[in-house]
Order: sequence, then C-alpha cells, then structure tokens
Amino acid sequence: MAQTLRVPGSHDLRRVIGDGEAIPDGEVEGLEERDLLELYRSMVLLRTYDERSVVFHRQGRIGTYAIFWNHEAMQAGSVYALEREDWIFPSYRESAIGLLRGMPVSTVLSWWRGHPAGWWNPLDYNVASICVPIGTHVPHAAGLAWGKKLRGESSCAVAYFGDGATSEGSFHEGANFAGVMRAPLILFCNNNQWAISTPLSAQTAAETLADKAVGYGIPGVRVDGCDVLAVFEATRDAVARARAGEGPTFIEAVSYRTAPHATADDPRAYIDLERVEEEKRRECLGRYEAYLRRAGVLSDELAESTRAEAAEALRSGIAAAEEEPPADVGLVFEHAYAAPPASFAAELAELRELLGE
Amino acid sequence: MSELTLVEAINDAFHTELARDDSVLVMGEDVGRAGGVFRATAGLRDKFGAERCVDTPLAEAGILGAAVGLCMAGWRPVCEMQYDAFSYPCLDQLITHVGRYRWRTRGAMDFPLVVRMPYGGGVRAPELHDDSPEAYYAHTPGVKVAIPSTPADAKGLLAAAIRDPDPVIVLEPKLHYRTMRGDVPAGEHVVALGRARVARDGDDATIVAYGSMVPVAEAAAELLAEEAAVEVLDIRTLKPLDEEALLESVGKTGRAVIVQEAPRTAGYGAELAAILAEKAMLDLRAPVIRVTGYDVPYPYWQIEDAYMPSVERVVAAVRKTLEF
Repeated sequence: MAQTLRVPGSHDLRRVIGDGEAIPDGEVEGLEERDLLELYRSMVLLRTYDERSVVFHRQGRIGTYAIFWNHEAMQAGSVYALEREDWIFPSYRESAIGLLRGMPVSTVLSWWRGHPAGWWNPLDYNVASICVPIGTHVPHAAGLAWGKKLRGESSCAVAYFGDGATSEGSFHEGANFAGVMRAPLILFCNNNQWAISTPLSAQTAAETLADKAVGYGIPGVRVDGCDVLAVFEATRDAVARARAGEGPTFIEAVSYRTAPHATADDPRAYIDLERVEEEKRRECLGRYEAYLRRAGVLSDELAESTRAEAAEALRSGIAAAEEEPPADVGLVFEHAYAAPPASFAAELAELRELLGE
Repeated sequence: MSELTLVEAINDAFHTELARDDSVLVMGEDVGRAGGVFRATAGLRDKFGAERCVDTPLAEAGILGAAVGLCMAGWRPVCEMQYDAFSYPCLDQLITHVGRYRWRTRGAMDFPLVVRMPYGGGVRAPELHDDSPEAYYAHTPGVKVAIPSTPADAKGLLAAAIRDPDPVIVLEPKLHYRTMRGDVPAGEHVVALGRARVARDGDDATIVAYGSMVPVAEAAAELLAEEAAVEVLDIRTLKPLDEEALLESVGKTGRAVIVQEAPRTAGYGAELAAILAEKAMLDLRAPVIRVTGYDVPYPYWQIEDAYMPSVERVVAAVRKTLEF
C-alpha cells in the first residue's frame, strides 16, 4: 500500500519506496517479482536512451534533443499500468515512451535526426505523434478517449504534459471537455518544476497543480514522480476509474528537472546548482535500484546484464538510424493530403530538375 | 428536387449524411438542444441521438482538438463554429495539428473532419459576427476550403466535405441563410470539391467571386448586360482551386475582376490575381482588378454597407477593364 510522506514546503505525495533508513519500504499489491524487474528494465532502457542521446547530440549524430533524465519513473510507472489497447499521447519530453510499446530505438532516434523514418504510424503502437507545442494534445487525448467510449470500447488514454502546460488554454479546454464527457482519460502532469527557465512559482498561484482538478470536477492526486511504484499505483487506480466509467483523473507527479530543458539550453543562468545536485542524489532510477536490492530482487549480475542489454539496444539503434537511406525530396509533397493537388507534381518535377535529379 | 433556403439545404445535407454513415457526428456550441443558433442542425439530436449531435462546452479550440481525437477513434466529426470570428481560437488546433496530422503519420491516418461556420457581414450584428476569415484557412497547408453561394451547393459541398478523407473548412454565407431560396436535389447530393461553376456566361469580361459575393457579381453582370456580356465564375472551392476553370474563363474574356468581402491585403483575391499574372499574361487585355473590403476592422453596422463590395463598385471595376 502507498503511504504518504510529508515533503517540506509541499503537500502530501503518495510514495511507496522508502529511504532505506527511517522511512520503510512499502509494496504495491499485485506486483510480482517479474513486474518489478520489468519496470526496472523499462527504466534502464529509458535512462540509457536519454544518456546516449545527449552524447549522440554532442557527436552531431542527432539534432537538438529534449532531455528526460529523472523522468523515467513517471513514464515507465504509468505505462506499465496500461493495456496495449490504451492510447498514449506524448509530449516531446516523452519522445522515447514508444520504446515501452516495442517501438524500435532507431525510430525515435530518427525523429530527433529529422529523418522521415522517425514519424511512426500511431496505430502500430497506440502511441500518438509527439506533440511539440505545449499542451495542445490534451484535447486530442480527450477526444480519443471520448470517441472510444462512444463506440463502447473499454480503452482509455493518457496525455503527458509538464507543469508549464497547465497554464495553456488547450490544457484547460481538454481537461474540461474530458470532465464533461466523463472521458476515460488520465491527465498525467510531470511536474519537474521548470518550464525552461520559469519555475513553478512563476507558473501558477495555485498551491498544487493537482488542485486544478477540482475545477474540472475530477479527482486530482499527487504522487512522488521519482517513485516508480507510487506512479504505477496511482495510474492503475486512475485506469480503473476510467474503465469503470467514472471519467478522468488528474495525476500530478512531482519530480525535479535535474538536466537542461534540452541540449540547446544552459540552465546555469537560472537554476540553483546545489539544489540540482541534491535532487540528483534522489533520482528515480537509483532509488528504485536500491529498493530492489533491499527487497532482494536485484543482483549485481542482473543489473549489469540489464544495463548491457539497453546499451546494446542503443548501439544497434543509432547504427540502424544512421543506415537509413537519405530521405527523397519527393517526401516534401507526400502525405499532406489523401489525394495531392495537381500542382504538387509540377512543383516536384521543377524541384528535381533544379536539383539535377 | 425541392425549393429550400440555404440553411435548410445545409440541414438537409446533415440529415442525409448522418443517415448514410453512422460514423458522422455533429458537435459544437448549441447544435443539439437548440439545433444551432441558425438552426442548421435542427432535428438531428431527436433523430440521431445526443451522442451524434453533441452540445459541447463553449471552447472552440477544445472542440476542434477533441475532433482530432475523435478522428483517431474512427469518427467523422463535423464541428460547428458559431460565427466566423469566434472560430479564431480554433486556429491554434487547425494550424498546429489539423493540417499536419496526416503528414505526421506519413499518411497512415486520415483526419476526415469538417469545420463549418456562418461567415460574412451585412446582417446588422454586433462586432465579430461579420468576418470573412477564408484567407487564414486557405493559407494553412493540409486543409481544404469550400464556400457555397447557392442552396444546392450548400448541400452538395457540405456532403462532399463530410465524405472527404481530409479536413475541410466550409464557410457559409450567413447573409443568405434565409434570404436565398433555390432548388435543391433531394436525397444524396454531392458537389465535388475543386470544381468551379460558371454562374453566368459571357465573352467580354469575367467576374470571379465566391460565397456571398456571387449574387453581387451576378447583379453587376445583369446591370452591364446592355454594354457587355459578363461571365461570373463562382470558385466554390478555394482549396483546391479549379485553376483550369479560372484560366479558361479569363482566357476567353481577357478581362478579370475579382471580388472578395474580406479585407484586401493578402486576401484570397490576391492569390487569384497572382495566378492570372503568372499563367494568363498573354490572354489579358486589361489589368486584373480587385474589389474587396477595406483593410480595417469590420465597421459599425450602421455604416457597414459602405465597407461591403457593392454592385456599384463591381460595375465600376468591370467598366474600367472594358475601357482599358
């Protein structure tokens, strides 16, 4: 069962993982050893993806990249509470979340390389396209969840967004729509407390982001976003509500952005570096590893082989992404319309001639 | 065939299309219980149920954003924006997602949604009930734009929009919702997108118009009947444009006057004029002239007629091309 922990200067957060000292470990009913290890594998894969991507960016092998270090618990924990039929609506902070649905590493890396191989078919994974503008995918998730309900299907949807997104009109409209339609939707806010350089205190006057749920007539729960088991449990509860026809739930997962917003950002200009170091010591993967070791579930060998497996996935992933043949310029004109207008063919022909093709 | 007003023809299209395809769903502010503030969706809730004629929260971006998600769940949503200028909040969704999502999925997913709204002035209404926003929509890649000028086309273009696999914006001339009557084919009636209509034949000059400006163009042509045979080309679909029909008409007449109610600068008429400059240079016997609204906020309704392109202004422009 989840316990609550008083966090100084904050409200109660649901938490399962203890600190190995004064705070005892809890456990989540229904999770067996293989589930715990599956969650671990997911987190290691995401962590490895993220760390390697920063290196790939520095090597000039991918473009600007939005780092999600210390967000792995929120992503892995919540996705593990879903069924394959449920839909995921990621923001760019969850660019690699499709890996948890079997999407190839090379696909996500191709997206960050600006290569068309990175633009996946959402129907293959029930993972919507990455939403780049802030919060504007929340109404999509609300619409899909509502539409599935209208069709009598039992699937639900999760929209991921950050603390900054809660200031956007589209977040409000999507949340309100979902509340009114009692759509089977989980509004998952990864509150990492920073929107580039803007701290949460400059984003809202609300005491907590979960408080916003009251205005939509839906429950708002707060969970420690660095505690993968607490995230899983909160999401599982929200999914159960959704499937029972009780409508949406707002989950505020509180963590801390210990990395730059993206590879193009230098947070030294605005962030308290001591706080960052402190938060890094509490980062989500290390905490979960310690929990698993205390529970006697994770050995050195298993940790090592899990990391090696993830590293290999990234090695082969970047190789596959780099082996993609160059994109044909004809793709400039493809897919905007089901039946392209007549002008496209002439424009492409002219372009090819100019390019000497 | 029966004689209907323009808004009755739209209602007829809805009844026909919702009965034909049970994945079509109508949504918007006041479309259900009230049947729409102009009654375009009257009777749909009773006939097809509250789940297929949905009264939504008052949120234009939310309506269009939710429609994107409905498409992903297999629906064909038709969204009503209550008035032209109230559609502006939905431009966020339109530009950032609606026009891009098919491309984003590399063609794997269709987004067969429709956004329809009453547009245009002349109805003595408060501010922001009078705009002609077609250029904002036509400028957005990935969407189509249609504007009917007759009851039959209002039905046929809406039916085509509903059946189209891509997002289609339909602007309806609200001035003529109840003032224009015309024969409308009963049952299924589809007017293909991308086909212009010669509203009046003539060899001496072409007036190019769409929507509420078509009757103005026709009246001008009639006034000029003793001086010249003026053709009126009703564009009907702004995107994709029937370029062939435009070039054929102007190729024949050598003179073109383009009429739009929207403000002048970067309006849709500029696109038509540019096409003529690029492709009809040697056919033209006079400069292309635009008759448009002015580059001002739509005026106080007591003097709104001074803003609207009038029959007199169109006649003067045609004479200018004839006398060039």
